[in-house]
Amino acid sequence: MSLTFDDGTFIRTEMQTPLPPPRRNVGAIGWMRENLFSSITNSVLTLLGLALVVWIVPPLIRFLLVDAVWTGSNREACLGPEVGACWPFIKAKFAQLIYGFYPAGERWRVDLVFFLGVVLLVPLLVLSWPHKRLNSFLFFVAYPILAFILLTGGNIDASNFLFGHFGLIRAVAGDAGVAGVRLGFWLDFLLTAALCVAVAYAIGRLAAGSGRGAARMTAYAFAGLGLLTLLWDIDFGLERVETRQWGGLLVTLVIAVTGIVTSMPLGIALALGRRSQMPIVRLLCVIFIEFWRGVPLITVLFFATYMLPLFLPVGVNPDGLLRALVGVALFTAAYIAEVVRGGLQAIPKGQYEGAMAMGLTWSQMMRLIILPQALTLVIPSIVNSFISLFKDTTLVLIVSIFDFLGQLRAAFTDPNWATPVTLYTGFAFAGIVYFIFCFGMSRYSLFVERRLNTSHRH
Amino acid sequence: MADWVEPAPARGRTSFMNDPKVRSIVLQVVALVLVVILGWMFIDNARENLAAQKIATGFGFLENTAGFGISQTLIGYSETSSYGRAFLVGILNTLLVAVIGIFFATVIGFLVGIGRLSKNFVIRLISTCYVELLRNLPPLFQILFWYLAVLSAMPNPRQSISIFGEAFISNRGIVIPRPLFGEGTGLVLLTFGFAVLATVLVNAWARQRREETGRGFPMLWIGLGLIVGLPLVAMIATGFPITFEKPELKGFNFVGGMRVIPEFVALTVGLSTYTAAFIAENVRAGITSVSHGQTEAAHSLGLRSGLTMRLVVIPQALRVIIPPLTSQYLNLTKNSSLAVAIGYPDLVAVFAGTTLNQTGQAIEIIAITMGVYLVISIITSVIMNAYNKRVALVER
Repeated sequence: MSLTFDDGTFIRTEMQTPLPPPRRNVGAIGWMRENLFSSITNSVLTLLGLALVVWIVPPLIRFLLVDAVWTGSNREACLGPEVGACWPFIKAKFAQLIYGFYPAGERWRVDLVFFLGVVLLVPLLVLSWPHKRLNSFLFFVAYPILAFILLTGGNIDASNFLFGHFGLIRAVAGDAGVAGVRLGFWLDFLLTAALCVAVAYAIGRLAAGSGRGAARMTAYAFAGLGLLTLLWDIDFGLERVETRQWGGLLVTLVIAVTGIVTSMPLGIALALGRRSQMPIVRLLCVIFIEFWRGVPLITVLFFATYMLPLFLPVGVNPDGLLRALVGVALFTAAYIAEVVRGGLQAIPKGQYEGAMAMGLTWSQMMRLIILPQALTLVIPSIVNSFISLFKDTTLVLIVSIFDFLGQLRAAFTDPNWATPVTLYTGFAFAGIVYFIFCFGMSRYSLFVERRLNTSHRH
Repeated sequence: MADWVEPAPARGRTSFMNDPKVRSIVLQVVALVLVVILGWMFIDNARENLAAQKIATGFGFLENTAGFGISQTLIGYSETSSYGRAFLVGILNTLLVAVIGIFFATVIGFLVGIGRLSKNFVIRLISTCYVELLRNLPPLFQILFWYLAVLSAMPNPRQSISIFGEAFISNRGIVIPRPLFGEGTGLVLLTFGFAVLATVLVNAWARQRREETGRGFPMLWIGLGLIVGLPLVAMIATGFPITFEKPELKGFNFVGGMRVIPEFVALTVGLSTYTAAFIAENVRAGITSVSHGQTEAAHSLGLRSGLTMRLVVIPQALRVIIPPLTSQYLNLTKNSSLAVAIGYPDLVAVFAGTTLNQTGQAIEIIAITMGVYLVISIITSVIMNAYNKRVALVER
């Protein structure tokens, strides 16, 4: 251990093992001293905070679980002095909260749409899953078309296209009859397509020297539109379900998903327009974006519900849900445009210059070099926009479309379930549902952000 | 590449058309023409539709009698007032909710934001739960919750919850004492204004002296003394001209005092707590953006942590906090239109709701309503851009 000399001095040859730290500074006590009671103010705050927790959490758990009623068939079960949440109420209203007034026999269609949505969405969200291109095509193009057919029943009696409104076709197609109307529609469609292709060719020739590209693009657009109409016009033997009968979570999800799917291309176009060198195009895009961003969504919904029909030809009266969807799409597009613009601005100038030096045209540069990078950068912001869109879908209840919250509000008025706890049960359930959706998405957005950011960390 | 042949140089017409300038002009003209055609189609359709539905046009309706009552009016209004007057009442109600909501949202937001950075585990936990919960629930859900589940569930006036016997919360809203202004109020208010002015001046002087000499000044106490003390002296001198009329329970309701309608309370509470969650995140981001070296440097210069926070961290954090804070304020103002769901008479409920139903003049009414919000947005962003320019980092 040590060397001892005659005069009593000694030299230590080995380090003495250190004493354990004072028990007050380590372990649970030490942690508490450091984190909870480091000063008087801190101790007071801790006690106040604990009081708050004790005041809120145990009663909440008591209400939701311990005192809750789990079985019953009407309000009788949930009456009583010390009753917690009335879960049978939710059970009884569950179908209404999910499907609205969708006919009971046809609800398998909604289930199928939900199921397909999950099946296509999950591999899209898992970043390492291959076949992203195919997957996005299926989710963003094929799925909405299929969902439309399944949910409405397809077979939209396509009758007038462009010329039909001027009464030109009726003369050719002869008097009505389903076949006649259908023939008339397609004649009309082909005529319009030919006209538009010709116009595009002329403009393209004038502007770019060769109209072939423009004509081809227009022809593709019309071919796509034609295919879409053809699909929607086929009679699959599904019963037609008016959107007035839709409701609940179905409407919430339809509005949120349609909103994001339609606003993405529009938003990208607006963002490109805002970054364009052409002053008039830029001005138009800025006005559009700032206008929609400057007004509340409710006024947009009022606009879509009451003002939009006045702008359409006399007699054209689109369905209520469609009107709301148009409003939501325009509103969201403005926000997406700003998000995408952020992504475009984050791409270093060298990428643009490199692409141009390679001799790529503007559209090739955007399609192959800039947009893939910019869009990947802004995935978290897009998810955040989607979260706010999801929360904003509740607003449609103000224009009499009964989404999840709207159905819940309607369920409160049922006298069969009128108890003092019905309201709280309903709010608790809806709160949990909304929270799971929004919190899940925000965690996902954080996860993507962290994954994408690894190389930029300093 | 050996057999690559240089293409023949383009001839006159093609090269002219390939000129990017010409191309961009043609494209812009096409875009403009398309927009004009679309606009013209809309106007034309609207004219036909309005004629078909026999709806009047123009802004003449603003002078017609409204004929409906409004539950909260800041300026004189009765059922015989005009739609124009109802419009003004709506705007004022919107602004009232916005201003009060912004005040509370800022206070709660800063507290929670600082709480999220606290070393105290309990405080941090509560702040995090607050932010995550409130941010992830739709604002309309929260407002309906406050309105239907909290305020409507309050006891009736006879069993109302009393706050020190001065204010009472019941299912008919909150009643608070109403200030009565007697003789000599003007003098007190004048003194108050003077005190505020004096505080601002003394603050500027103290700041300059601190920057020159480094000597501190107990600004908080002096300021408080000025703002509270001077008017108090004036009050005593004039014999307390400002008194408060206490609400009293008579029969089934309160008499006297000032009644705050439950819709207003629900909307303000809902909006400010919701927006506060976002502000808290902005505040947290702002404070964490100030690098730790700044704090360490301030400590090594001998500044106490309070001073470090006030003189070093917060001025730098504000630069990051202000821009998103502005957009949160704007969001709150825009979200105040959710009032229509619970029947608080804001601009949208009064004008785009009731007035639109009565007159049917959708185009004018919705255009005006959107215009008001646009003007509010534009004014706010102009002011905030100016402020932002002032505090922005001057880079060399």
